[in-house]
Amino acid sequence: MSDSASRFKWVGTRPVRPDGLDKVTGRANFGADFTMPGMLVGRIVRSPHAHARIAGIDASAALAVPGVKAVVTAEDFPEIPDGELMVGEGPMNFRDLSCNVMARDKALYDGHAVAAVAATSRAAAEEAVDRIRVDYEVLPHVVDVLEAMEPDAPLLHETMFTEGVEPKPERPSNVASRCEFTLGDLDSGFAAADVVVEGEYVTEAVHQGYIEPHAAVASVGEDGQCTVWCSSQGQFMVRAYCAKLLGMENSQIRVTPSEIGGGFGGKTTIYVEPVALALSRKAGRPVKIVMDRDEVFRATGPTSSAHVKVRVGATRDGKITAGDAELRFQAGAFSGSHVQLGCMCGFAPYDIDNVRTVGYDVVVNRPKCAAYRAPGAPMAAFGVESALDDLAEKLGMDPLELRLANAAREGTKAAYGPKFREIGYAETVEAALSHEHYRAKLGPNQGRGVASGFWFNIGGQTSAALHINEDGTAVVVDPNPDIGGSRASMAIMAAEVLGIDYDRVRPIVPDTSSVPYSDMTGGSRVTFSVGMAVVEAGQKVIEELRNRAAKIWDVDPDGVVWENGEARPASSNVGEFEPLSLTALAESSAKTGGPISGQATINARGVGPGFGTHVCDVEVDPETGGVTVLRYTAVQDVGRAIHPSYVEGQLQGGAVQGIGWALNEEYVYSEAGTLENPGFLDYRVPVASDLPMIDTVLVEVPNPRHPYGVRGVGEVPIVPPLAAVANAIYHACGTRMNHLPASPPRLLAALDAAKLPEAAD
Amino acid sequence: MAKRHVTTTVNGEPREFLCEVDQTLLDALRDELGLTGSKEGCGSGDCGACSVMLDGRLVCACLALAVEAEGREVETIEGMAEGERLHPLQRTFLEEAALQCGICTPGFLVAAKALLDRDLDPSETEIRYWLAGNLCRCTGYDKIVRAVQKAAAEMRAEA
Repeated sequence: MSDSASRFKWVGTRPVRPDGLDKVTGRANFGADFTMPGMLVGRIVRSPHAHARIAGIDASAALAVPGVKAVVTAEDFPEIPDGELMVGEGPMNFRDLSCNVMARDKALYDGHAVAAVAATSRAAAEEAVDRIRVDYEVLPHVVDVLEAMEPDAPLLHETMFTEGVEPKPERPSNVASRCEFTLGDLDSGFAAADVVVEGEYVTEAVHQGYIEPHAAVASVGEDGQCTVWCSSQGQFMVRAYCAKLLGMENSQIRVTPSEIGGGFGGKTTIYVEPVALALSRKAGRPVKIVMDRDEVFRATGPTSSAHVKVRVGATRDGKITAGDAELRFQAGAFSGSHVQLGCMCGFAPYDIDNVRTVGYDVVVNRPKCAAYRAPGAPMAAFGVESALDDLAEKLGMDPLELRLANAAREGTKAAYGPKFREIGYAETVEAALSHEHYRAKLGPNQGRGVASGFWFNIGGQTSAALHINEDGTAVVVDPNPDIGGSRASMAIMAAEVLGIDYDRVRPIVPDTSSVPYSDMTGGSRVTFSVGMAVVEAGQKVIEELRNRAAKIWDVDPDGVVWENGEARPASSNVGEFEPLSLTALAESSAKTGGPISGQATINARGVGPGFGTHVCDVEVDPETGGVTVLRYTAVQDVGRAIHPSYVEGQLQGGAVQGIGWALNEEYVYSEAGTLENPGFLDYRVPVASDLPMIDTVLVEVPNPRHPYGVRGVGEVPIVPPLAAVANAIYHACGTRMNHLPASPPRLLAALDAAKLPEAAD
Repeated sequence: MAKRHVTTTVNGEPREFLCEVDQTLLDALRDELGLTGSKEGCGSGDCGACSVMLDGRLVCACLALAVEAEGREVETIEGMAEGERLHPLQRTFLEEAALQCGICTPGFLVAAKALLDRDLDPSETEIRYWLAGNLCRCTGYDKIVRAVQKAAAEMRAEA
């Protein structure tokens, strides 16, 4: 950061975030905090069955409850033909989305919405929910990914024929698609290997676990114009998706984003928003729906549970010659697990000539998966990074030295296609190797694990505007919901480009009618893409400011430069003029051509991929199977940290979510296919007393295709922890946990199983 | 069923409201008094986002009934700053970037203040166990613990 400090005034500093005060005083409005006069309470009727045909729904008793104003079912949503449509940022199957929001014909998982009511009070709405009679014909169900792939497994969709295989299968199945990525020749790669390791690695489904449940208020006017206030990772996504599901034009819906109380990918889709709209349309009044926590667990998120097979070959001196992986991800009730991304990410940190990854996207009777921070990558990395730990042991090599010897560098061709440009993976391994943590002494029952991870980061369609107020302060119009401090980054970049003080810049995240379209907050794209648009908008403002100064001085605009927030003559040849500050130019703008503003609309290109390497120390209690994380260091190439505190926060938060995935969190299903732990008591996310401080090392290898060198940072840090923790457990107790979470009962069973041969002696 | 009339004190001010007999204190604060700073993350006392003080005791407002506020004193996040002067914890949370999304922040601040009101020199372990009833999914707790430590140090210096 000394580099940043020397060249920048604001980039790399740690000012208080612009939205901070409202968030420490309780003033900030989140999804559930908005109300409207005459607003009704909406509640959703959910399937108690994992898989059932809906023979009929009788709402007459519900409608007779005093105060009940509307009931909706799938009948109130247009039936959408199967197939994928392009909207905004990519293909989306709107029939699946519609059927997930409100079940049509079949309920496909415990918690699947089948009807909804709106009433004048919560009590009336809940009574109505109880009085809706749904005639279910219960069907056999399947929740396990491997069981769902069996030929005789209960079939979720009669129309699902595996895509990506030739010839097209004759029979439908639960396998939605198969994908494959290859590089080089796998057989010759393994033939060249002196050592081969292989393993099967299982992870359970986990939820994003944002503390704010989904919430929306919707109001449909008599003219068909709609307004929605909600918490999401993209107000434009909510608008487009709701319009498709309700058969409307985008222009009929205006979406105002609230503050968002966490998302991690889980709020990149819609659940309650179109239901609130449908209820409002029917009742003629605004409708608010706020999910309970058990609804969040049963019907939103989660990520895939996964089964991953990995085989890696290397020469005796530690050169990896071949990597092979097969990934089977359950997608929930509709296709769309992130198995393809998992296939692309697993081996990405390494320069390997011969690679093959195969992925299967499999539907089961569970909630439809949603993105979760680097979706697909953690499960793939768990397999690959565990196998590399075994490989290092077999080779007698330090596990970080093994990674460094095989590190992808500039010019390395990744198995998923591209040739990497400037990347900082090797630098993260070197920083981990030289970190004091890596040499610190360990005690009995303690072990140290390392692992690396990769995420693409993305760009995409983005807009931004910079308005100069009459007093010379500035407004940054940031089109993306701020999920973790991005308004601070935008204000920093705007202050940097304009050359004015950070405190004179105020960012705002507006509704869909007040700023041009922008893709969602996701893929670690916001600081990169919106930052790029903010800088471009700032440059337009500067061009205009130079024009205004030229007008005042009656010189050619080329004779004016913008330096340190002031217009100055480019040279003494232009003339002798006192510099004009932004404030002076803003105050005189009425006389020089009116308000001053700049806007940029871009499709951001030139993302810089991100890599991280984590070091984890644990202690295993052999009596209980409990694991304590003693020390944790997350190293990551962050490109350049605009606001280092929030970059560190991303590394720390991602690492801890990964630790939760590794040690505690899992969806537990009953024999009947119902979720047994839909609450924070039994679905145990890490709490403060579970953890040590999370040390971070920000490696800065700037991305040359961003004005300030930004890469995305939010997703990489959840990729390494699963294997870092599992490898640490292995080195602490000699038992390799191939099945996460390594919760006390599961680890204790593994420890006992490992002891059995001894007992037999 | 007829609503109940409740007379209580919220953040030092006398307040009255009508509530259902089964309405939670959290819902009454949010829906009847417009104090939406206390958040509902779970409704089951597991996440601490609705932490408030009831007669000086830290409670989850989602687990207390609104009628229990009768004649008692409730303190919420909205009462933590004194006019324009932030409580040291509010300031150190901002300075240390101890929040990302901010939904859990009011609960953490109320809970942390309850700790520092009892003990101005808690160890890191004591802070971590005291705050174990407050879930944060964004930060990994590191910067939250540091912000509490910093506020405690400042308050000790002033005491």
